[in-house]
Amino acid sequence: MRKAELSMAIIMALFSIYLMWKSTELPIGWIPEEGPGGGAFSFWLSAGMLVCCIAMIVRWARRISPPSQSEEPFMDRETFSIFLTVAGSLAVMIALIHLIGVYFSVPLFMLFYMRYLGQHSWTLILPLVVATPIVTFLFFEMALKKTLPKGFTEPLFYPIYDLIY
Amino acid sequence: MEIIGHLLDGFLISFEPLNLGLVIFGAAVGLFIGAMPGLGSVNGVAILLPMTFLVPPTSAVIFLGAIYYGAMYGGAISSIMLGIPGASTAVATTFDGRPMAMSGKADKALVAAAAASFVGGTISVVLFTAFAPPLAEVALAFGPPEEFALMMLAFATFIGLGGDDIPKTLFSIMIGLVLSAVGLDIVSGEPRLIFLDLPGFMHGVNFLVLAIGIYGIGEMLWTVELSKGKVMISQATVTVRRVLDTLKELLGTWKTMFMGSFLGYFVGILPAAGATPGSLMAYGVAKTAAKDPESYGKGNINGVVAPEAANNAASTGSMLPMLTLGIPGSPTTAILLGGMVIWGLEPGPLLFVEHTEFVWGLIASLYSANLFSLLINIAFIPAFIWVLKLPFTVLAPVIFILCVIGGYVPTMDMHDVWLMFVFGVVGYLMRKLDYPLAPAVLAIVLGPLAERSLRQSLIGSQGDVLTFFERPISGTILIVAILLFVLPAIKLFRTRVTTDGGRS
Repeated sequence: MRKAELSMAIIMALFSIYLMWKSTELPIGWIPEEGPGGGAFSFWLSAGMLVCCIAMIVRWARRISPPSQSEEPFMDRETFSIFLTVAGSLAVMIALIHLIGVYFSVPLFMLFYMRYLGQHSWTLILPLVVATPIVTFLFFEMALKKTLPKGFTEPLFYPIYDLIY
Repeated sequence: MEIIGHLLDGFLISFEPLNLGLVIFGAAVGLFIGAMPGLGSVNGVAILLPMTFLVPPTSAVIFLGAIYYGAMYGGAISSIMLGIPGASTAVATTFDGRPMAMSGKADKALVAAAAASFVGGTISVVLFTAFAPPLAEVALAFGPPEEFALMMLAFATFIGLGGDDIPKTLFSIMIGLVLSAVGLDIVSGEPRLIFLDLPGFMHGVNFLVLAIGIYGIGEMLWTVELSKGKVMISQATVTVRRVLDTLKELLGTWKTMFMGSFLGYFVGILPAAGATPGSLMAYGVAKTAAKDPESYGKGNINGVVAPEAANNAASTGSMLPMLTLGIPGSPTTAILLGGMVIWGLEPGPLLFVEHTEFVWGLIASLYSANLFSLLINIAFIPAFIWVLKLPFTVLAPVIFILCVIGGYVPTMDMHDVWLMFVFGVVGYLMRKLDYPLAPAVLAIVLGPLAERSLRQSLIGSQGDVLTFFERPISGTILIVAILLFVLPAIKLFRTRVTTDGGRS
């Protein structure tokens, strides 16, 4: 926990410096007749973030904040593997959307999650895996008229488009 | 009398078939979301907001308002049946609700929670109806300096009353404000903070991306971690006779109900406080004022009534500053406020003048949402207990998918989906280290307004910062804000003095 607290504060301090540097692309001072420059607001706030990070690091060194006193691990092995599996499979699903589209990556994700993590029976999984993309299509594409990304599977939907548009 | 006329008009709007249907549907969805451990009103509203583009804005906000209410009722269900709060707002309900359920009085606790929620909700909506129009009228005179001062006050409440680590709270506020500045500069129109020169940042960071990231993905990761173990569900037998008996017993708790409702309402108005501290405070006050404080925590019905009346009242309370001043009183109302901007409604006092239909339709629908939440809650107690038995590994993927699609729909850009994923993961890691995240969500919603009002005020005064203090209203508000900012330092100083005094 102590290591995590310090690492997070340092990462966020570096991020604040990056933000300050990025803000200077626009004027950060006072422009006569125009008021503060476009970068001023974000520059001074990022500077404030940096100050907060420094305060966190000082409080870490003096063991004031609760996470800097805790000897518990930030994540035990089990938590970490659950976190990696869940966040990882989610990232894979989002990446797959670019390639094979929502209507194929969504069922794959559900299949993985319910079968591998939940160990549910096929009789529960299959109806859900089939129904979810259909409901999604009806709601978003037909009712809301928002086209979701389909990747290279787009041609498969042409007949349906012909039907509804 | 003008108010009553407006309210009647509002009822006509809220009884339109579409709106009435949405109130009933929203209340049911809210109850369902509230009953699921880990998910509360803020998660439901954040994840479902993109789905409401289907209906007109007034109906959309009525639907989300009903979810907000329903979730407050629903939170009690898992607090009582599982001993796990359905949402943080229902933590205090576990103290006495769980012991009641363990001793076979689960149905009694559930009915008491529902009835108290109804009383809390109704009292607070009446207070809201009476307070909102005059407050909006006062607020109409506000200029940019006053707007800016009010936002400072909202942020100051997090420092002074939030009770979290102060550097982390400040950090959270500022990162939210910086993220809101990404995109095109509001004055010069030049692009700024385009990270890694990705074109996706040109349209800015949508508040929904942050909100769904934190309250959708981050919250789910959090819940996945918590729900590793197995839990035990209590049994509840519900019969009309037992419900009537409980209601009779509840008449004796009217004092607690009123206390909880008023306390919750006023605590709810404060941006940093809201339903969770409101319900805990109500529980504390009920216990202190009781003749038999030792029976609390062992299944005293007043211990369920006080927090449940308070958390519903607080949810209405938090709408007061949102509608009249354009400053949200809770993370949930912050998301509603962001939604109003998407729908093209400028939040703030002008709403009461320019969009009377919207405002009064919403207020009237709060009355009906309250009633329907009560009816659905009591009538379908068995259904909600069934919800608690749903395995989390079935619900979780569905919610993740809703988050991903919900993150995509507002801008139709995969860039935002990735950004949301990053916010979710980083938010989860930060939450484990006690970083408060609600201030960041509030800040990203208020950011553009804060920057605009600050720059307008400074341009108006030729760069003189004293302009904020020279105007009486903004000066007073800012002084209160500054007091709140330094409050933790004073407290720290006083504890040091007393501990030193004790030593010598």
